[in-house]
Amino acid sequence: MFSRRTLIGATAALALLATTGAASAQEYDIALISKGFQHQFWQAVKAGADKAAAEFNAKVTFEGPDTEAQVDRQMDMLSAALARKPSAIGFAALDSQAATPLLQQAKDAGIPVIAFDSGVDSDIPLTTATTDNVAAAALAADKMAELIGGAGKVAVVAHDQTSRTGIDRVNGFVDRIKANYPNIEVVSVQYGGGDQLASTEITKSILLANPDLKGIFGANEGSALGVVNGKKELNSNVVVIGYDSGAAQKAAIMDGTMAGAITQNPVGIGYETVKAAIAALKGETLPKVIDTGFFYYDKTNMDAPEIAAVLYD
Amino acid sequence: MTEANVAAKAGLFDNIRGSGAWHKLLAFSGLLALLVVFSLASPNFLQTQNIIAILQATSVNGVLAIAATLVIITGGIDLSVGTLMTFCAVITGVVLTYLGWPLPFGILAALLTGMLSGFISGFTIAKLKVPPFIATLGMMLILKGLSLVVSGTKPIYFNNTPGFSQISLGSVVGNVIPGLPIPNGVLILFVVAILISFVLGKTALGRYTFALGSNEEAVRLSGVNVDRWKIAVYALAGSVCGVAGLLIASRLNSAQPALGQGYELDAIAAVVIGGTSLSGGRGTVLGTLIGALIISVLANGLRILSVAQEWQTVVTGCIIILAVYADILRRRKL
Repeated sequence: MFSRRTLIGATAALALLATTGAASAQEYDIALISKGFQHQFWQAVKAGADKAAAEFNAKVTFEGPDTEAQVDRQMDMLSAALARKPSAIGFAALDSQAATPLLQQAKDAGIPVIAFDSGVDSDIPLTTATTDNVAAAALAADKMAELIGGAGKVAVVAHDQTSRTGIDRVNGFVDRIKANYPNIEVVSVQYGGGDQLASTEITKSILLANPDLKGIFGANEGSALGVVNGKKELNSNVVVIGYDSGAAQKAAIMDGTMAGAITQNPVGIGYETVKAAIAALKGETLPKVIDTGFFYYDKTNMDAPEIAAVLYD
Repeated sequence: MTEANVAAKAGLFDNIRGSGAWHKLLAFSGLLALLVVFSLASPNFLQTQNIIAILQATSVNGVLAIAATLVIITGGIDLSVGTLMTFCAVITGVVLTYLGWPLPFGILAALLTGMLSGFISGFTIAKLKVPPFIATLGMMLILKGLSLVVSGTKPIYFNNTPGFSQISLGSVVGNVIPGLPIPNGVLILFVVAILISFVLGKTALGRYTFALGSNEEAVRLSGVNVDRWKIAVYALAGSVCGVAGLLIASRLNSAQPALGQGYELDAIAAVVIGGTSLSGGRGTVLGTLIGALIISVLANGLRILSVAQEWQTVVTGCIIILAVYADILRRRKL
């Protein structure tokens, strides 16, 4: 009876022994709480953070909820991270308001907070390491104009109309077309929730409704792949520009279904976040925003070292 | 212990006599063992602030798991608890923020929405004979969609109802005993646990809940209106989900419409770790509470120790299987 009763505890103890042994004495302990975990994009952010950790001899942990809807799970992760008493925290808020009390707690405890990816609506984070999504989408618009010869109809398939990235990318693209390319018309902006299949159906309906369409911009990985699928299913020749990377998107660029894509620099986001945290701990002043950069890539430059380094599968 | 009384009173089935006690002991020892191990492994674990963080992380899942316990004891299953929670939160948001009604109406709206949804599930299962798994799977999707429709796919914030966040985050206990700022959300979890324990142990509804799970046909043959009791159990579970909706909305100061799917599995895990049988007829609220605590202690402790997230998930999975295996070993011996 005794052995069975302690079965649970014993297993947990074993698991813990295995892990506590690995934690060695590093100068800084930095906890990163992200918006996601298993997605390739977040894993690339993690890789950047790990790289900085090795470089600056810091211990870095990286956690995020399963989906970007799980605001409460993210709060639990943040409270556990705070209880650990780390030297600094990196945080990508799913909902800024919900996080305010905990961020205040961090501030009161003298733990510097660095925002990353989409930022936090609060003055507590010392800086935000993020992509300038408006400028990145504007670059996509420039490339689109170049590829379709500066005239004709285009459309946008985006992930959602509420998130910061969704709004910025759609506005960045549409505003640049309106401002610089009077002969190009954005006939449709539709939202597929970043879901590949939903975005495929949307793309097909746009293409069927506008047979003379010249180009489509897919505003995130799922949307872009949906656009590619829709194009293939209808045997269309429309020019496709995507966003982010991933194995499928890279393959589409290699086989020509997609002309090219904007890539953020997720590795840079992770790296800059940890670097900023350490700078803060050393008492250095930080700029309000750290632009982590973006690139346009296509078949010709995909293998260039500075591009290949930020693409993920 | 409580079910033993129930069984004696109901006098229907002897096989449920004395069930939960041993398992509760087992689950409780497991919880204690985890607490001891984590306390030894990290000085930051056994701090008031962290213990409160653990309890707070348990509050929503605990309440959902109690709702799931009710249904699972009848031999059914409720996959809609997570999205129902969200839908109740959204309705509260509509009542408080969009309509601008006073706080009590918001609370009432959550409870009634939950009860109505539970009633619909119960009706579908009892009267239309749709299996519980399918009926509540359908409800899960319906409620998920309705949450998005009603909210316009945007979070609804409660900035106009300043008292709302106090439901979860305020601390009545802390006002009475300074230095022990247990959030109200945790208090509400315990109140719900006591209420539902009472219902299960001391009322006719409780007796029939166990009886339905043990042998529904026998109950029917003894002239009981089985359908009515079954619908009542689902409706009660639904209003408990309404409480969870209030807790999560209050904690986040917003109704997040995309939340909720997946939460039913955590709730069911807590129920199972707590010794409630998925085949029905056996289970306790206290066990479920301990099960929910084990899940949060594990998650929190592994985070405090900086265990990589992928391994946290693996460990949690192992614990669930171990807990149920231990229970099977026990029953084989009986």
